Amino acid sequence: MRALSRGLTPLLLLLPGGAWLVVFFAVPMAFMFLISLQQGTFDTGYRLTWNLGIYPEVIGEYWDLYVRSTGFALAATLLTLLVGYPVAYTIAFRGGRLKNALLLVVVLPFFVSFVIRTLSWRMILADNGMVFGSLKDLGILEPNFHFLATPAAVIFGLTYNFLPFMILPLYVAIEKIDRRLIEAANDLYASRAQAFWRVTFMLSLPGVVAGSLLTFIPAVGDFITAEVIGAGNPQVFMVGNIIQRKFLDALDYPSAAALSFVLVAAVMLLVAVYTRIVGTDRLTS
Amino acid sequence: MAVPVAPPMDEHGWPLGARLSGLLLPAFTGLLLLFLFAPIAVMIAFSFNDPGGRQNITWQGFTFSNYVRLWGRSDITNPMITSVMVATISTLVATAFGTLIALALTRYEFRARGLVNLLIFVPMTAPEIILGASLLTLWITFSVEKGFLTILAAHIMFNISYVVVTVRARLIGFNRSLEEAGMDLYANGWTTFWKVTFPIIFPGILSAALLAFALSIDDYVITLFSAGHTLTFPLWVFGVSRLGIPPEVNVLGTLIFLVAFLFIGVQLWSQRRQVRGGEAAPVTVLGK
Repeated sequence: MRALSRGLTPLLLLLPGGAWLVVFFAVPMAFMFLISLQQGTFDTGYRLTWNLGIYPEVIGEYWDLYVRSTGFALAATLLTLLVGYPVAYTIAFRGGRLKNALLLVVVLPFFVSFVIRTLSWRMILADNGMVFGSLKDLGILEPNFHFLATPAAVIFGLTYNFLPFMILPLYVAIEKIDRRLIEAANDLYASRAQAFWRVTFMLSLPGVVAGSLLTFIPAVGDFITAEVIGAGNPQVFMVGNIIQRKFLDALDYPSAAALSFVLVAAVMLLVAVYTRIVGTDRLTS
Repeated sequence: MAVPVAPPMDEHGWPLGARLSGLLLPAFTGLLLLFLFAPIAVMIAFSFNDPGGRQNITWQGFTFSNYVRLWGRSDITNPMITSVMVATISTLVATAFGTLIALALTRYEFRARGLVNLLIFVPMTAPEIILGASLLTLWITFSVEKGFLTILAAHIMFNISYVVVTVRARLIGFNRSLEEAGMDLYANGWTTFWKVTFPIIFPGILSAALLAFALSIDDYVITLFSAGHTLTFPLWVFGVSRLGIPPEVNVLGTLIFLVAFLFIGVQLWSQRRQVRGGEAAPVTVLGK
C-alpha cells in the first residue's frame, strides 16, 4: 500500500503542471509543424499535403533575414558581454556591502515595461530628439544625420534590453571565485593581465556562457526592437518581424510556421556549436 | 634568486595599474547604471509634461494634470485592469503547479525525469515568438476564440517553468532531517509538510510568485499571438504608439516603476535584517 502511494505521489504532483505544459507547449509545437506542411490560402482554407518543399522555399526567400538576425543578435551579445563584464566584476569584487543593492539597481529599470522602455529610447534617439537634435544644433552632426532605423540602432536597442540577462549570470559566476586563487597567481609572478585572463576570466566562463545564451536566444527572435527603434524599416527587419507579419497580418500560416521552425533549428545548431567550442565539461566542474 | 622588478608606484604605494582600474571600474559602472536609467528618467519627466496635441515628445511645461486625468481614461485603465487580472490569476495557478513539480523533482525518483526536465527547460530557452506562434497554431487548429482565457492559458504556460526553477533552488538546499524530526514526533506526512516543509520553502515560493507576476504583467510577444481583440496594457501601449503616446502612458509607467522601487526597497530592507548570504535575491526579481 505504502509502495503504491509512493509510486503515485510524484505522478500526482507532476500531473497538473505537466499536463498544462504538454497541452499548451508541446502539442502546439507539433501543430505548428503540421501547419507548416499545409497548402492553400486563408480564404479557401489550408489542407495538410505534407508539403516539405516549403522549407527550401522559405529558406531560399528569407535566408538573408536569418543571417541579419544572427548578426544583430551576435553583435548585441558581444556588446552586452563587453559592457556587462566590467560592471559584474566591479559589483562582485568591489561591491562590498552594497552588492545586493547595486544588483537590484541594475534590474530596477527593467521593471518598466519592455514596450515603454523601447518607445522611450525611440524618443531619446529621434532625429531631432534630445541627443541628436542637440548635437545638430551645436553643429557637431550634419543636419541630415539619422540613427533610428539603422542596423546600429537595432543592435543598440537589443544590447540595452538584454544587459541584465548578461550581468546577472556573470555576477553569480565571478562572485563565486575564490579570491585566494588570484592572489596565488600574483604570488607566482603573474602580471595583473595574466592573472585576470588565466584565473578570473577562465573561472567566470560558466557565467559568460550562460549570459551569452540568455542574451543571444531571446535577441535572435526579437521583433519589437526592429519595429520600434528600427522604426519599421524593412532594411533592418529580423526574422521575427516576418514571422509576426505572416502569422497576424498576411495570415499565411504555413510559411510563417516553417519560418518559425527554421529559426528554432538555427538557434539549436548555433547553441550546439557554441557549447562544443567552449566545452561543456569545463562548465560543469 | 630572481627578484621581480617592482611596478611603478604612486604616492599611496599602489601599483599604477591597480590605481587606474580602482578608479576606472567604479566610474564605468556608475555611468552604465545612469545609462540603464536614461529611458526611465525620460519617461518620468514626460509624465509631468503638458503637451498640446497627441505628441508627447517635446517639453512644453510642467503639470500634474496627467496624474489626475489618468483615472478618467478608461481606454488606459481597462487594459491595465486586464493585465493585473491575467498576472494575478496566472501567478496563482503557475505558482501552485510549479511548486508541485519542484517537489516531485526534488523528492521522488521516477522514470521520465529527463523528459520532465526538458518540458520545463525548453519553454524558458525558446525565443518568445516561437512560444507565441505555436500557441496561435493551436487556437487556429481548434478554432478557439482568442481572448482573456487564451491569454491566461499562455501566461500560466510560460510562468510554470520559472516557478519550478526558483522553488527547486530553495528545495535543493533543504535540510531533510527537519522533516525526519517532524515524523519522529509523530506528525504524519501532511502535517509535516504544512508545519515544517512549507514554512521553510515559502520564501522560495514567494520569490517565484513575484517573478511570475513581473513576467506576466510585462509580456507583449506571447500575448500578442493569443489576444484577439482583448487588450493588455503592453498591447495597448504598443498599438497606440503609432499615433503618438499620450502622457498618461508615462504616468502609468512611472507608477509601475514606483511600485517596483518600493518592492525592491522592502526586499533590501528585509535582507539587511536577515543573516547575510541567503540565496541570490536579484535573480528572483529579474523582469523581462
